[in-house]
Amino acid sequence: MRRLPLTLARWSIYALVLAVFVGPFWGLAMTAFSGPTVRPGTLLAWPREATLEHFRFAFTQAHVWRYLLNSCIVVAFGTLLQVMASALAAYALARKRFAGSALVSLAILSTMMLPEEVIAIPLYIVLGKLPPFNVSLLDSYLGMILPVVGWAFSIFVLTEFMRAIPVELEEAARIDGASELQIFFGIILPLVRPALATVTVFGFIMIWDQYLLPLIVTNREQLYTLPVVLSTLRSDETIRPNVFIAITLLAMLPSIVMYLSLQKAFNRGLMTGAVKG
Amino acid sequence: MRRFVPWLFLAPALSAFAWFKFVPMLKGLELSFYKVNFAREHEWVGLANFMRAAGDGALHAAALNTTLYVVVTVLASALIGFLLALVLEGPARHLAFIRTAMFLPAVTSAAILAEVWRILFFPTGDGVVNAMLGLAGVGAQGFLADPRQALGTLMLLHIWKAVPYDTVIFVAGLATIDRELYDAAAVDGAGRLAVLRYVTFPSMLPTIAIVLMLGLIRGFRVFAEVYATTGGGPAGATEMIMTHIYKIGFDQFDYGYASAVSFLLFILTVALTVLYLVWQRRLAR
Repeated sequence: MRRLPLTLARWSIYALVLAVFVGPFWGLAMTAFSGPTVRPGTLLAWPREATLEHFRFAFTQAHVWRYLLNSCIVVAFGTLLQVMASALAAYALARKRFAGSALVSLAILSTMMLPEEVIAIPLYIVLGKLPPFNVSLLDSYLGMILPVVGWAFSIFVLTEFMRAIPVELEEAARIDGASELQIFFGIILPLVRPALATVTVFGFIMIWDQYLLPLIVTNREQLYTLPVVLSTLRSDETIRPNVFIAITLLAMLPSIVMYLSLQKAFNRGLMTGAVKG
Repeated sequence: MRRFVPWLFLAPALSAFAWFKFVPMLKGLELSFYKVNFAREHEWVGLANFMRAAGDGALHAAALNTTLYVVVTVLASALIGFLLALVLEGPARHLAFIRTAMFLPAVTSAAILAEVWRILFFPTGDGVVNAMLGLAGVGAQGFLADPRQALGTLMLLHIWKAVPYDTVIFVAGLATIDRELYDAAAVDGAGRLAVLRYVTFPSMLPTIAIVLMLGLIRGFRVFAEVYATTGGGPAGATEMIMTHIYKIGFDQFDYGYASAVSFLLFILTVALTVLYLVWQRRLAR
């Protein structure tokens, strides 16, 4: 009987936590699926006259499919290239002994002190005239994709996992005459599949959430990604609050789905990220 | 031939780093000493850009805002995260569910959360938060539209996004504490608060240090949360170092000065990171 007040207190904290951190997402979803147009700033706690009309409007009238497509192109190619480049680099760092490997690790580590914000201005200038070709990557998908390919976090996570693979496996394959690439694709990659899932989910969320990079790379609205276009659509008077909320919901959905469907892989990375930055 | 194998594997990642990290870095350092002209050659100005930064009142105000913002948000999220971790720690399914669900703000893009915040804190009685305040008999607040409340409202946004992250890190830290310490404390007849004070807190110090330092390092370059919400306004009330740099660069096209200020921010980031690594090493010993 003495424990009852304590239990009650605990469950009220649970309720409060859910209300504060999940409540707004719930409200967005309920409003996006409700028929009657709400006043700006209003969220509904429960759907009224459930409808898909606002999503239909978003796609047909507000051309959201275009920004969705931009985001998808950038995130698909960005994640793929990032994971590939990281896995290749991690293989060299984890499985090879060579002069200069400590220096390479240090160089990669140092990029963690070079967040995109700090180099945004010169990056814009470099992208405008990429040496040594002197081509411009501004106003192009490549300009939004290539700068996210190198990511120290995923290299370090993969290096750590590749180090743990017993060297005998590799030796045996080498005696059988397997080439470097065969060892990399046939032995190493399949064995670090959990780590690949981790860096994929982190890479995906990191690239989907990019804001400053697409903002500086393009001034053409046709190339805007979803996070960047939101503020433009907000001031568009033909877009009703419910439609805007539906678009906001659409913009956050991919990261959330990735996170929820790859829970285990995500938590593995969170701990590494907390230590490594 | 075999000597080149590692370098072939490193080539894609290293060229990406070279092109989009190191070259911009050096370019930024170079531009810091120039006045960038468009039709004519750039003009060498020596340390003039850095001198200008020393006397730039708007930059100082932005640096002050940023410092206040970072210190308050990092401390508040760590404190709330720590307390929540104590409540939400454990293998029970309902706790795991709550920890997963509350993480939603942490995985959502800051620019998107900015729009959510603009809806929740809408400055009329229709806004969700204003409607709740209305129930308590408080009149509609301006929040992001009010120069006196905008910075605080943005801090709340940052805390909202950071608390779930800190909580999960602290929950993981709590799970690594040696159970025997708790048993020993129980044998000694220590109460709940004494256990927290003499067992939990000291064991958690390394984790607390990590959370605070990472928050600090990441906080000083805050951009999306602020730019997408208030753009630095109203009346400069929420101007941050990064939003200021962005405006110098992309509104005034003064790339030389913007690079110089970016470089100062970079020095700050490096100093904090080095401090963190030294601290981490000392704690590990």
